[in-house]
Amino acid sequence: MKNEWPLWEIFIRGQHGMSHRHVGSLHAPDAEMAIKNARDVYTRRNEGVSIWVVEANHIAASSPSDKGPLYEPSESKVYRHPTFFDIPEEVGAM
Amino acid sequence: MYAQMIKSEATQDDPEKLAAFQARIDAGEKIEPKDWMPEGYRKTLIRQIGQHAHSEIVGQLPEGNWITRAPTLERKAILLAKVQDEAGHGLYLYCAAETLGVSRDEITEMLLDGRMKYSSIFNYPTLNWADIGAVGWLVDGAAIMNQVPLQRTSFGPYSRAMIRICKEESFHQRQGYDAIRKMAEGTPEQKKMAQDALNRLWYPSLMMFGPSDKDSVHSAQSMAWKIKMNTNDELRQKFVDQTVPQAEYLGLTIPDPDLKWNEERGHYDYTDPDWSEFFEVIKGNGPCNVDRLAARNKAWDDGAWVRDGLLAHAKKKAARQHAAE
Repeated sequence: MKNEWPLWEIFIRGQHGMSHRHVGSLHAPDAEMAIKNARDVYTRRNEGVSIWVVEANHIAASSPSDKGPLYEPSESKVYRHPTFFDIPEEVGAM
Repeated sequence: MYAQMIKSEATQDDPEKLAAFQARIDAGEKIEPKDWMPEGYRKTLIRQIGQHAHSEIVGQLPEGNWITRAPTLERKAILLAKVQDEAGHGLYLYCAAETLGVSRDEITEMLLDGRMKYSSIFNYPTLNWADIGAVGWLVDGAAIMNQVPLQRTSFGPYSRAMIRICKEESFHQRQGYDAIRKMAEGTPEQKKMAQDALNRLWYPSLMMFGPSDKDSVHSAQSMAWKIKMNTNDELRQKFVDQTVPQAEYLGLTIPDPDLKWNEERGHYDYTDPDWSEFFEVIKGNGPCNVDRLAARNKAWDDGAWVRDGLLAHAKKKAARQHAAE
């Protein structure tokens, strides 16, 4: 346990023009090996064109109990969505 | 299945929290690692996902056994890719288990010292090349039966691992069927080997789904938590129904004289495996239990200097970089 390799979170860009997406995690001694291992574990079938690795303990995450305070304020602001506004048909596409 | 006889842990949590948790599951929500969950849910999942991961890893041994002796370079490349996939599947699952608060080393050590199990099927030997075809066809076929519904399991990381695995698993079954089909359509000796492989692996494959429902005592809680999606007998029946026509196509005979189509039920009637054999294998008395655990322990011990060396190198590099800044 004392000598366990750190955990890395792996992000892969699936195609050019897309953003990197979290695909999973793995253990590796350093960033270079994490990228090599990620190549073997997560892109065996051409799933990616670019790999990011981040040591898991460097990721800060919101807590599930903050769900209310974080997201409720946006629930009452329906006017942020374009469908809130009625546009007369005569005006055409908008 | 890859996880057999998982004992559901009793849970002694606040009833109000438990009810809210169950309501989330009933509503089809996914539970994520940082969400509140009953201790029993957490422990049962660690055991189940861990056993599943161990099965993927130990499952490399019977197939790895034939990589150097594959009949053609193409078959060898295919088998190598398949066995590499199994390693990947083990890794996806270990990571899912780790999100529940168990470390990789802890869970590995529990396999190595026998506190955790892997699927009974991998305690059977692969005696010849026909067995490799039969393993892909039957063992991976049985695994798919269980893994497809598990994509909908309630625990997010487990569900996501299963989705990745299922995408790759179909290759495993098809390459196996292709390999055994080649033999079934080959010389009389080859066909005999294919039949012999089916004879030996049929009942061990049926055992993969675990004991009969009437003896399966841990199902109810796991099914309520959606970490078990179907009963053992449901999945076993589905597997039999799917596999019989595949064997017929090959001109091979399922080694069960009482196997017959039941018009009324719309299913095949079949003979249950010898459950005393299953319980012996689970207890450690199968043909290969000792070899499998010895091989995993040797790999772990022999790899210790590599794990330590790479970590020491990484630390030294980081310290140098720190000093230079």
